Amino acid sequence: MNREYNSDEMMTIAASRALSNSDVCFVGIGAPSAACNIARMTHAPDITLIYESGTIGTAPNILPLSIGDGELCETAITTVAVPEMFRYWLQGGRITIGFLGAAQLDKFGNINTTVIGDYGNPKTRLPGGGGAPEIASSANQIYITMKQSLRGMVEKIDFFTSFGHGQGNENRKDINISTLGPSLLITDLAMWKPDPVTKEFTVFSIHEGVSKDMIQDSCGWNVKYSKDLKITKSPTEIELKTLRELKERTKKANSSQDNRL
Amino acid sequence: MAEFISLKEGVSKTLKKGDTVCFEGFTHLIPHASAHEVVRQKIDNLTIIRMTPDVIYDQLIGMGLVKKMIFSYAGNPGVGLLRRFRDSVEKGWPNKIEIEEHSHSAMAHAYEAGAAGLPCAIFRGYMGADLKKVNSNIKKIECPFTGEELTAVPSLKPDVAFIHAQKADKKGNVLIEGILGVQKEAVLASKKSLVTVEEIVDTLDCHPNATVLPDWTISFISHVPGGAHPSYARGYYKRDNACYIEWDKIASNREKFREWMEENVLKVDADVFKSRVENLREDRYE
Repeated sequence: MNREYNSDEMMTIAASRALSNSDVCFVGIGAPSAACNIARMTHAPDITLIYESGTIGTAPNILPLSIGDGELCETAITTVAVPEMFRYWLQGGRITIGFLGAAQLDKFGNINTTVIGDYGNPKTRLPGGGGAPEIASSANQIYITMKQSLRGMVEKIDFFTSFGHGQGNENRKDINISTLGPSLLITDLAMWKPDPVTKEFTVFSIHEGVSKDMIQDSCGWNVKYSKDLKITKSPTEIELKTLRELKERTKKANSSQDNRL
Repeated sequence: MAEFISLKEGVSKTLKKGDTVCFEGFTHLIPHASAHEVVRQKIDNLTIIRMTPDVIYDQLIGMGLVKKMIFSYAGNPGVGLLRRFRDSVEKGWPNKIEIEEHSHSAMAHAYEAGAAGLPCAIFRGYMGADLKKVNSNIKKIECPFTGEELTAVPSLKPDVAFIHAQKADKKGNVLIEGILGVQKEAVLASKKSLVTVEEIVDTLDCHPNATVLPDWTISFISHVPGGAHPSYARGYYKRDNACYIEWDKIASNREKFREWMEENVLKVDADVFKSRVENLREDRYE
């Protein structure tokens, strides 16, 4: 198999490695969903994956296009109604990790998926928060994954869709949020953790073959690095094979249908 | 008692100009056929409610039938943004709709409160979130026992709920299976409801804990096989993911959108849905 890999594959695989068998993970669609399922298909077969459509303990064989694809329900341990999902399972404190993507992210892990520009007179209207505002405060901790870009990783986000560490330091405690908040950021170039005091995202591992210039050139804030900086191991053969086969199965499933609406 | 009726007549009997209406479905069982019938009957000035407004809400907005939308995630799931919704909010075409935006948790709680006959829903939400600043229907409330600051939103009580389900029995009891969304809550919270179904059977023959809406909770039932397409109906046909991807292109252009609506909605009737799911039937894949 071709061991060459691209930065998207590195991102998904690095994110998958952060998950374990004992996690109960509330999965966002897109990049988080790919990472969670690669974890399940490789080193964490017993991980519990939950999608906000109410599917608990799901094990899809292809990546769902939406959070409510049939595959999720068919392979779940149980499927509950959406009010129950948010009341008993998320608000009830049963989720260990909320795994989110972001359109705009700041250095304190605050996320905007609502609007670019002014809320009342937007430049770009994005889909909005969905489940994220409460995932951000009710899940015990938050992992975020996104591709780096100057548009995406910004000094100041236009709208607080979901609260991360706010203005940093003890801001979460100040507003009575008892959960840990963003504790890991996985991009296509590096892995980041919040500084223990300031809560600013700090690079602790650079993906193999990536330079510090590449990280800074695609990030809108001044990047800080931890003292014992590591190199993220490149994907193993089995990780790459699992990811590529999953993507291939998904592509095949989505193109086999006709186009009439 | 639920009355069996054609979709055309059912829609004209339930929905009036200016009503508050929801077409619920969380990816699964989205009532496309009902929304298309509303477009054909040009019932406008509507306040539309939905947790996840997707293609049908893009269509209702683009056709100029909407005054206001109450929602928590306005996207084409897995594909991207809603082009007609964006055009309305960003550029005012064909009209600038008013929006009341929430989170999923808030909407789910608000439907449940509506079904429970309560004036508001109380939950732990919106902590540190900016929606509180732009939506005056999100209020603080203190727990009288612990003093914890919680959030309240008004309950949702639509005039009309449209949902799609797998089966009705001959009496009009309706079975919903698979991803349930908030459909049961939406029907119980609404003054009137219309349910389109894949099939009408002698008996539902289901598990004792299955999700069944008794016939007396529903106003009208219409038999519309395929009525959820391009969404899906578990046990009947698969989600037409390619259609959702295609919608992004259709909706990206005002003229293309209107032409598509003319050809595929205005010039046809609810019977076309049956043929649209022929190639997606579950038995063709298993």
